[in-house]
Formats: sequence, C-alpha cells, structure tokens
Amino acid sequence: MRQIPLCDMKKGERSVIKELKIQGSLRRRLMDMGFVEGTAVECAGVSPAGDPKAFLVRGTVIALRKEDAAQILGVAE
Amino acid sequence: MIIGRIALAGNPNVGKSTVFNALTGMKQHTGNWSGKTVGAAEGMFRKGKKEIRLVDLPGTYSLITDSAEEEVTRNFLCFEEFDAAVVVCDACCLQRNLILALQTAQLVPKVLICVNMLDDARKKGIEIDIAELEKATGLPAVGISASTGEGMQNLKNAMADLLEDRIKTDFIPVRYPKDIEEAAERIFDQFKNRYDFKGIYPVLRLLENEHGFVTELEKRRGKIPKDLKTALEREKSLLQNKHPEDKIAACTVLRAEEICLSAVKRNPERAAKKDEKIDSVLTGRWLGIPVMLGLFGFIFWLTVSGANYPSAMLSAAFAKIGEWLSELFAVLKIPPVLNSLLLEGVWKVLSWVVAVMLPPMAIFFPLFTILEDIGYLPRVAFNLDRGFKSSGACGKQALTMWSVYFWKKPHIFLRRCFYGIFRGALYAPF
Repeated sequence: MRQIPLCDMKKGERSVIKELKIQGSLRRRLMDMGFVEGTAVECAGVSPAGDPKAFLVRGTVIALRKEDAAQILGVAE
Repeated sequence: MIIGRIALAGNPNVGKSTVFNALTGMKQHTGNWSGKTVGAAEGMFRKGKKEIRLVDLPGTYSLITDSAEEEVTRNFLCFEEFDAAVVVCDACCLQRNLILALQTAQLVPKVLICVNMLDDARKKGIEIDIAELEKATGLPAVGISASTGEGMQNLKNAMADLLEDRIKTDFIPVRYPKDIEEAAERIFDQFKNRYDFKGIYPVLRLLENEHGFVTELEKRRGKIPKDLKTALEREKSLLQNKHPEDKIAACTVLRAEEICLSAVKRNPERAAKKDEKIDSVLTGRWLGIPVMLGLFGFIFWLTVSGANYPSAMLSAAFAKIGEWLSELFAVLKIPPVLNSLLLEGVWKVLSWVVAVMLPPMAIFFPLFTILEDIGYLPRVAFNLDRGFKSSGACGKQALTMWSVYFWKKPHIFLRRCFYGIFRGALYAPF
C-alpha cells in the first residue's frame, strides 16, 4: 500500500501510522503523545496559512508543522 | 505534625494549579531545592492536626523531556526526596495523560491518579469509571472537578490515606518484550543499591541510553563505575532490538490505551460536532484571522479606552484624599519640607501609578484568563505559527508580543505564563 506523509492529509481524512522517520528527542516526544505504529490519525484542521495542521490522535488534537508531519508516514484507512 | 511531602505532577493545562491552589489556599512559597532553575511552588494544607506538604511541578507530557521546565519535573521526580506523587489527569484525554502516570508509577511506589475536569468531560459525553481505573492500573484514583470543588475532600482524604498507608498501591507493571524485561531486571539488581532506584523507570532510561537522564544521574549521584557500565553495555548488546526506546514507548502507549478501554466510557458524537463547528470558524481559512483580529481588537479597545472611566474616578478619589491629607497636615503643623515630600512626592506618584495601572490590568487580565480557560490561546498560536516561523519563532510567541505591546514589565511574567501554555514546537493540544 502506498504510504503518504501526514502533511499531505486533507481535513477530515484518516490514516494509520506506519512509520516515524523523525529522529532525536522529537521522535520520543511524539511517541509519548501517541504517535506509534498502528495508530489511527485524523486530520482535524488546517491553519489559515496551510501550515501547521492539526491531527486527532488517541482522543487528543495535536498540531504539527509541515516539516515534522512530513516525516510521519501513514496509509489511508 | 508533617505527615509527608507530595509531588503534584501532570500534563500542561490539566488544571493542576487550580488543584494546588484549592488544596493549599494559595499558602505557598517558592520551593528551594537543589538544581532548581524554574520556579516550582511549594505549599501545605492541614487535615485535622496533620500537615501535608505539596510541591507543584511544571506541567509535562512525559518524563523524557525536551525543555528546561520539563527537566525540573523530571529531576524532582527522579532525584528528590518525597513521599508520594499525585498525577493530575484531564478526564477529556485520559489516555495521553496516563503516560505520565505510568512513568511516575515506574519511579516511586506511592502514586495517586487524580482525574480532573470530570464536569467538562461529562459535557463532552465522556464518563470515567474510577473503580475500573483503579482496577486496571493497580493505583488508587480520585475523580474531581477542581473548578467547582467536586471531589476535593475525597482527594485530601486519599492523599492522607496514601501517606499513612491506609490505602495500598499495587501497580500493575507495564509489560515489555521479554528480552527487555529480563535485561531491565538484571540491571535493576546491579544498580539499585548504589543508586537507590525504587522502580523500573531509571533502568529503562539506562537501557535506552536516554541522554538527559543519564547525564543528570551521573551529575547528581556520581559517574557510573566501570564494572556497572560494562554490565550495562553487555545487556544492551544482548537485546534483539538495538533501539529498545521505540518498543518501550509503544508498549507504554498501548498500555494506556488498554486501561482506557475499560475505564473510559464514551458517548460518541455528543458534543464533538459542536466543537468542530466552532473550530472551523476559529481556525478556519477565511474566518480564523478576522475573528482573531476582531476579538483581540475588542479586548484591546476595552482595556485602553474602557479603563479611562475607572481611572478618572480613581484619580478624582485620590485627589480628594490628597486634599484631606493636606488639611490634616496643616492642622498638625507638619513642616513644609516634609509636607511637600509626602504629599507632592510620595502620595501623588503612588496614587497616579495606581489610578493609571490598576484599571487596565483589572480589565485585561480577567479577559485574558477567560480566553485561556476556553482554550482560545492555543488556537491563536495555531493560526499564527506560519507567519512566526518565517522569522525563526513560533506561534506561541504572538501572544507574548501582543501583551508586550502595552505592558513593558509584565512581559517577563507573561512570558513565563505563556511558556507554560504553549510547549515547544506547537504541540499545544486543544
């Protein structure tokens, strides 16, 4: 299945996380906030300038900038 | 009689300070423990003759930190002396909050889960089954709504009971892959005497080679001796997965999910739709910015021009008092030098500053608090992040700048407030 980065999701789209390419402390931080493999994500909103985007993950909305969201890969649900 | 010291931890924006203030009645003084760089308030409350000390730690999502404030919390929980920890959780997103609770329970034996904002959660159709939560975690739990005072007495009782061993904690450990668990157990046995570990948490960080923790451990408790280091390296090399941190993080998240499956009852779609509609306006492509400008403009206007009326009234009142004082001074035959020093100098300056500064502050801060309470501020940061990013800053700084515009001094105070609200690169959850 084709993997698409979270930053390419449109509002209301859902996908399941397949891979985190982020390294370093942000990687662990995102994992602690629930971004682990197999987690369902929904794009909950896009800010007026198109970046950052907000994602609904495990009951919480988290905003991510494009460069960070680009490094999280998911497959469409 | 002091019966113990309790650390109060929690994610940012879970109403932890409200809990702290409700418990201590603001009887607090700034903590004074080693390595403190950012303030943590310490207070106390009484239960009969018993006195319980309380340390309010900066909010953090995880004990694996990436900022100075979070390090304060990590360092306190990992290295300071205290008798029990209360982890305040937001009932609306319990799962994310449980990560910190699980990590804390891996550190110290006495941990109480305090589920706050039950009233908000109910409005959103979320019910927390406290008994199930206790059963699923093996930790005592209390449900409260700090803003309405619901459950606060239960919380006080539970804290005293926990300190005096009337309630037992029997934490059900988070399970990890077998090789990690076995390695952790062996390392724990080797390290526990020298480093006084009370739970599995420090060992997991050693296995992951989590830089922040290991550095702080060596700084506070001395360099890891060669034999232990060798043993640690050997265990790491035996692990099947060379990067155990991913597995460890995932297991903790999945454990939190599992707990919530039994403890959280959702009445789906109840209030979510309404929230979504409001959000599509507040952060919407076309309306987000205009609504924000309008709202801020209104507050700005109210603060600047609305404050003129109470300012004028205060000035008049102070002038009147000044006249009385001058008559009084005349009767008392105060020498002219002293008269002009006190009346023309001290009194005029003091009353002028109060008359000018007090009304705008009394208008601005409550309004701002309302915006903060309803969660509008993180949305502003969300709207503005892009613009600020292009100058190397981030969205949360918009609010600091905005407030600086008319308060020069409170800037520092506000900066600290906002820093607490908008952690790092905009993962401010709303």
